[in-house]
Amino acid sequence: MVLIHPSRAETAPSVKKPSPPRKVNRGRRKESLTALGMVAPAVLLLALFIFVPAALAFVLAFTNAQLISPNPIGFVGLTNFIQLFQDPVFYRSLLNTLYFAAVVVPVQGGAALGLAILVNTKTRGTSFFRTVYFLPVVTSMVVVSMLWLFMYQQNGLINELIHRLTLGLVTGPDWLNNPATSMPAIILMSVWQGVGFHMVIWLSGLQTIAPDLHEAASLDGVSAWQRFRFVTWPGLRNTRALVLVTITIQALSLFTQVSVMTQGGPLYSTSTVVYDAVQTGYQQQQTSYASAISLVFFALVLIVAAIQRFLTREKA
Amino acid sequence: MATTTAPARRQPAQALRPAPKPRHIVGTVAKIVLALVFVLPIVFMFVSSLKPDAQIFSDLGSINAFLPTGHISFANYAGVFDRVPIVTFLMNSVGISAATVILGLLVNSLAAFALSRMRLRGKKIILTAIIATLIVPFETLALPLVWWVNQLPWLQVNGFSLALTHGWLDTYRVQIIPFIANAFSVYLFHQYFDSIPKELDEAARMDGAGWFQIYRKIIMPLSGPAIATVAILTFLPAWNSYLWPIMVVQSENLRPVMVGVEYFYQLNVAWGQIMAYTTLITLPILVLFIAFQRSFVNSIASTGVKG
Repeated sequence: MVLIHPSRAETAPSVKKPSPPRKVNRGRRKESLTALGMVAPAVLLLALFIFVPAALAFVLAFTNAQLISPNPIGFVGLTNFIQLFQDPVFYRSLLNTLYFAAVVVPVQGGAALGLAILVNTKTRGTSFFRTVYFLPVVTSMVVVSMLWLFMYQQNGLINELIHRLTLGLVTGPDWLNNPATSMPAIILMSVWQGVGFHMVIWLSGLQTIAPDLHEAASLDGVSAWQRFRFVTWPGLRNTRALVLVTITIQALSLFTQVSVMTQGGPLYSTSTVVYDAVQTGYQQQQTSYASAISLVFFALVLIVAAIQRFLTREKA
Repeated sequence: MATTTAPARRQPAQALRPAPKPRHIVGTVAKIVLALVFVLPIVFMFVSSLKPDAQIFSDLGSINAFLPTGHISFANYAGVFDRVPIVTFLMNSVGISAATVILGLLVNSLAAFALSRMRLRGKKIILTAIIATLIVPFETLALPLVWWVNQLPWLQVNGFSLALTHGWLDTYRVQIIPFIANAFSVYLFHQYFDSIPKELDEAARMDGAGWFQIYRKIIMPLSGPAIATVAILTFLPAWNSYLWPIMVVQSENLRPVMVGVEYFYQLNVAWGQIMAYTTLITLPILVLFIAFQRSFVNSIASTGVKG
């Protein structure tokens, strides 16, 4: 391979043989230029639509910018943040978001692991079940939200089911119009939609565990729980950290379900940080205030991810 | 595995293992019950889209809720076509998704090719910077991005003259261009390209092939699985996009399908029509999913590699 790499000569440019290095140099420069040309579109687009808006979030949050305004933008210092931390709707949204994440992360992560173990066999029909559990994942969250909005009606499918299963003893609540049940209802639906996604991620982790380990364990007469505790669980270390981080970020970003099903109601019981940001930034066109909310949201994501990273690392 | 003793050793192990009959049955029952939990709501959506509203509600208490019985018709679908410009929405979504997927495949694979194959100073830094963008959730950027795209210029071609216009709001391009470059796609292509032996392109270089030829004739044809994965991971969010278009698109003729659900927030809620609409916008994705199941599942599994 060294033979067909003329570039070796170029790393030590010598005066004695001037013509081949120059030719090589020209070839190398051409290669670099071509490479630059190939990388440029992706880099420019990422700069334009990720780096610039990220930087803008930091700048706009300290201004009075509005989406459409004839007035020039002026710096207002911490005004937006002071206003933000005195805003009861923002506090409520922050609490709701944390509540949603605190329930969804363990429930969805655990349920997904259970499903993954259930379908991690080579028996007949397993791939059929995997496909079925995965079906809600490919269904859009907007569609799922509309469907469950219908099922959660006072006289809808879910309450009818509760009525039948309890032989008429229990009458279900008006799920989405009751501040006590609106968030749990959204949680249940979100787990139903998203659990198949993380099942697949757990599965790819499970399949990296050598089957010999399980075989050895079952030969030694180890119980199923012990096998899980001492073979499966340690083998999933990397997958675990990943599942944790992806569910958390997904949960903290809760927006679509709320926007389609409850619009933050009733009584702000389902308002979330992202929903609040969209309401102020888009509906009320207060870009600067929304940027401040976005910054707080980003800080939240980073803090939670850092804490999780720290915890999963320490136990290793 | 090539040793002949392996099967002999495994034989007694299998014989020793007791036939796990009861647990097997419990497992199968659990699998079937769970399958019903996941599939019945979707079946309910399809079936309800074919029934008049009164019958949907009267069927709720029985198994008929999940069966196409009674007055089955496409009346709800006809109602959807009357109420919502669904053909326009579908065409918009198809066009936006297709453009995002095709341009995304091109831009991201080219960048990954250069970073994986070619000599370029600082390419490690470039790759790291690209991957670093993954930590920022789109929801954080969305609002500053709305303000930003409203400031961006665009060259408009009017016949033979060019005009500089201001602001990207309410266009197709604002729904496509921000989502073309994707760090995760670059990363996936890069991983895949690195696994293709370098001897292949070195031989091609000896034969006088240019870099674009190597990209087009050697590397891309060998990268089917990576292309499928990136295509699916780009297509799904493009088709499902909702947060972004509700903020940047006002005109009805530019809207994608997911925004169309807003047409049903009216006083007289027509559930049958809503189910017909959601069925219509789900079917294209479901057909693709059933046709390319393995690729879909593999592409999601690939998101588990990044840790």
